[in-house]
Amino acid sequence: MTAFVDLAAVSHMYGGGSGTLAVDDLTLSIGRGEFAAVVGPSGCGKSTLMKLATGLQFPFKGTVAVAGKKVSQPVKIAGMAFQAPTLLPWRTTLENLLLPLEIVQPHRSELRRKRKQYVERAENLLASVGLGGQSEKYPWQLSGGMQMRASLCRALIHEPQLLMLDEPFGALDAFTREELWCVIRDLHATRQITVVLVTHDLREAVFLADRIFVMSARPGKIIAERKVELVRPRELEITFQNEFQGIVQELRDHIVKARQ
Amino acid sequence: MNQRLPIMVRLAPWLFTIALLVIWEASVYIFKIPTFFLPPPTAVAKAFYDYWWPIYNNSLFTLSTTLIGFALAVGFGLLLGLVIGWSRTIYAGIYPLMIGFNAIPKVAVVPILVLWFGIGFVPAVLTAFLISFFPIVVNVATGLATIEPELEDVLKALGASKLDIMRKVGIPRSLPYFFGSLKVAITLAFVGSVISESIASNYGIGNLMLQAQAQFQVPLIFAGLVALAIEGIVMYWAMAVLERRMTGWAQRSGFAQG
Ligand SMILES: Nc1ncnc2c1ncn2[C@@H]1O[C@H](COP(=O)(O)OP(=O)(O)OP(=O)(O)O)[C@@H](O)[C@H]1O
Ligand SMILES: [Mg+2]
Repeated sequence: MTAFVDLAAVSHMYGGGSGTLAVDDLTLSIGRGEFAAVVGPSGCGKSTLMKLATGLQFPFKGTVAVAGKKVSQPVKIAGMAFQAPTLLPWRTTLENLLLPLEIVQPHRSELRRKRKQYVERAENLLASVGLGGQSEKYPWQLSGGMQMRASLCRALIHEPQLLMLDEPFGALDAFTREELWCVIRDLHATRQITVVLVTHDLREAVFLADRIFVMSARPGKIIAERKVELVRPRELEITFQNEFQGIVQELRDHIVKARQ
Repeated sequence: MNQRLPIMVRLAPWLFTIALLVIWEASVYIFKIPTFFLPPPTAVAKAFYDYWWPIYNNSLFTLSTTLIGFALAVGFGLLLGLVIGWSRTIYAGIYPLMIGFNAIPKVAVVPILVLWFGIGFVPAVLTAFLISFFPIVVNVATGLATIEPELEDVLKALGASKLDIMRKVGIPRSLPYFFGSLKVAITLAFVGSVISESIASNYGIGNLMLQAQAQFQVPLIFAGLVALAIEGIVMYWAMAVLERRMTGWAQRSGFAQG
């Protein structure tokens, strides 16, 4: 498997050399089409890792490469979603979804000509996450879980090859969260995109990921890597199986050690 | 929403106004207050009727200086707000200057304006402008400065330029702040033009009141006040309507509407 996202001995600090290290000597590589999860104690540099991989921050040491190219500017083949849905309140759900297309090339220059086609794409995407018929609603007319789904759709509308999720379900209740696990699982399965998921929820990581990286406390580096070989498609029932719970336990031990 | 209010609530503003006028009129008679001290509402109304032509003309003058000054403030305030919100460096450089400038009572500037431009129209416009641009700048800059960093990241990762982020997020976001500030700004502009007229002009309601005072026509002074109140209310109301029209999405909570 060739690496799609590749960080080699990366160190980064905020504030231009005067601060302390956020990540140090971080190495990881994620294959094309793989679902990777990153777990670790709070403040260890998980969000920093996301920013490095998408070209929002640049390391002072080491190299970051995505799709075989060294990252020297924002990588436009990525879609991102965060814990806060950050939808624009003055746009309808549909208009929110079209926002990335107004920015990223080549869609940007084709938007006027292909608008109908893009609207159709957006409607299909909304339907696929269970938001069919909600496109004319404003974000504040949607529940938290529905906003999160819309935010996921916005991250996917320009058909990125890489999906970056930073604690996307942190603000949701347990039931909604599990529903959305299945949404993500299906999106990954049907689109074969590479997904990087940062999470605090070890069950979430094990349920969704092919491989899980455990980071140490700040400055973060990878201290353990765990392949998850549970067969796909996975149903929520597997979360009660011994094998599943064994992996969760194993990860928990790593994190407890990392925090000391 | 208004239609569903009980009839008493809808009538309340009128009833209270009428009650105030009645009490005022009655006290003047009961306590035998001389007209040159506090004229009764009927005397004010009569002065309004007798002098409606000068009041009308001078009101138009005050209205035009206020609106021109206000328009300048909107243009300049919007521009400066965008520039300040755009760049940290410019923000750091300009902000202390602005605070200092805003701290100066604008009455103190009028003599300088007169020195430069003579009395009358220009200093009134400029005073209105100077006094009212500050809240617009601050509000626009605040709207821009409070963009969620996550959203900025989402857009930057797509290759959005700073201009893109400004156009798609920053400006729409700061519009409710901007329109909200117009209500404050128009009131201030009005204060500015009346101050300047009272000090240095041959026209305007401010000047009319000053002359009435010199001639001891106390009911006319009060008629001038009433004219100012009416103009002020109309302008404030126009800005409030504009705000509601333009930024309905920002007033979605029942709290704001209530
Ligand atoms: N913009 C920033 N400027 C300065 N320091 C920052 C910035 N962002 C993060 N840091 C620092 O870098 C370190 C790593 O932050 P990061 O946000 O990557 O952690 P995290 O693992 O995502 O934490 P959490 O799990 O709480 O989200 C933290 O100690 C934080 O203080
Ligand atoms: Mg984080």
